Amino acid sequence: MAELSAHTVKSFDEDIAQLRAVITRMGGLCESQIADAVDALMNRNVEAAAVVVENDKRLDGLEAEAEELALRIIALRAPLANDLREVVAALKIANVLERIGDYAKNIAKRASVVAQSQPISQAVIVPEMARAVVGIIRDTLDAYVERDAAKALAILSRDQQVDEFYNSLFRSLLTFMMENPHYITPSTHLLFVAKNLERIGDHATSVAEMIHFSATGLRPAERPKNDFSSTIYAPQ
Amino acid sequence: MNVNPAQQPAIGHNVIPKMTARDVNVFYGQKQAIKNVSIDVTSENVTAFIGPSGCGKSTFLRCLNRMNDTVDGARVEGRISLDAQDIYAPTMDVVQLRARVGMVFQKPNPFPKSIYENVAYGPRIHGLARAKADLDNIVESALRRAGLWDEAKDRLNESGTAMSGGQQQRLCIARAIAVDPEVILMDEPCSALDPIATARIEELIDELRGRYAIVIVTHNMQQAARVSQKTAFFHLGTLVEYDDTSAIFTNPRETRTKDYITGRYG
Repeated sequence: MAELSAHTVKSFDEDIAQLRAVITRMGGLCESQIADAVDALMNRNVEAAAVVVENDKRLDGLEAEAEELALRIIALRAPLANDLREVVAALKIANVLERIGDYAKNIAKRASVVAQSQPISQAVIVPEMARAVVGIIRDTLDAYVERDAAKALAILSRDQQVDEFYNSLFRSLLTFMMENPHYITPSTHLLFVAKNLERIGDHATSVAEMIHFSATGLRPAERPKNDFSSTIYAPQ
Repeated sequence: MNVNPAQQPAIGHNVIPKMTARDVNVFYGQKQAIKNVSIDVTSENVTAFIGPSGCGKSTFLRCLNRMNDTVDGARVEGRISLDAQDIYAPTMDVVQLRARVGMVFQKPNPFPKSIYENVAYGPRIHGLARAKADLDNIVESALRRAGLWDEAKDRLNESGTAMSGGQQQRLCIARAIAVDPEVILMDEPCSALDPIATARIEELIDELRGRYAIVIVTHNMQQAARVSQKTAFFHLGTLVEYDDTSAIFTNPRETRTKDYITGRYG
């Protein structure tokens, strides 16, 4: 995607670059928070989980910084057209990335409970699911940095893969809990962990939609959803 | 690229253009100032002309009431019509035309006469009032519509030039309105005014919309965004893009439009 030509007023470009840098940092932090939270969960490492919880404050701080920058640009620069879309998208993306951070924090919080019980074999799917989710976030951020609408569009369908992971884990945990009622507590936590990852996937794709809108001014068509767990009554 | 108004999305249904321009070319001597411009102007919308200095927007505006006739060496080609009537036809009475298509300029230019006489002058020479009472009514109604009555009613015999800049500009709008025009052309009407006076003019433009077809030339992008429903972007004498104002300012189709409104031009 072609880089935009510079503004006549150079400090406008600097403001936008600063805003983009904050968003990019938030994205990078989201990636590491998810990966670290899932690592802590799988390695039953309560200290590492506590670090993830603590680090979430940095994301909150960055979101506030992005908000402040965006408001300043709107107030002082009166951005229009692609600039306006860029600033509005940045505001929304910052908000979504902060939410993604909250989900990562929630995964980390559950690590200490999960660590107190026996490992569940079904959990092996969680790191795989996390890798898929982190991959989506990484590519989304690449699309953001490159202002690449086509790349953003390509990401949208990948959320289905995450949904499939979740459906599969949902079914297997349901079966497992019926057969092993004393594992209901860790299983439920694991289910929430998977649900968090599934939500992160949804949020990441909505970021990709915003990138597409920011770059083109057009909303992508309704994306396919593949999370059917809300209709599952009992495992077959 | 030239824009074909026939392909432009209309706001509302069956909007009949008040003025239409087709394939208009304007020359100042050898220099071509306007190249093949076609556009429709309706009473329902305020139309803003934007573009960098020298892009031809003021030249084109001045074609709409034949103000370019007075410029030596200026030549206008193509067809411009008001209610389907060719305004450059030999039978067109230019004085009548300018009463129907009024104009407000960048710098307020009241006559060095009383406030009352400023507004009464047009109706009187056009024979719109038979008696003093008629004229009084016209003056009051024009000043009211221009949002100036409350400030002016107790000083109608004071000189128009003694008013503040913003009041003078509203007086000029009242003067244009007094002859009951169909179209009002405004050439940067707020560029000499402070923000409060500007806001009052913008509010006035909004109130006058629907009653008159209003075309405003402005260098202030935010002003175009605030007051108009249709925006035309001119560049180097061509009409680059003409669309709903909200589309122009959120997602313009042409790169040149985008570069101009986002401050990336040249």
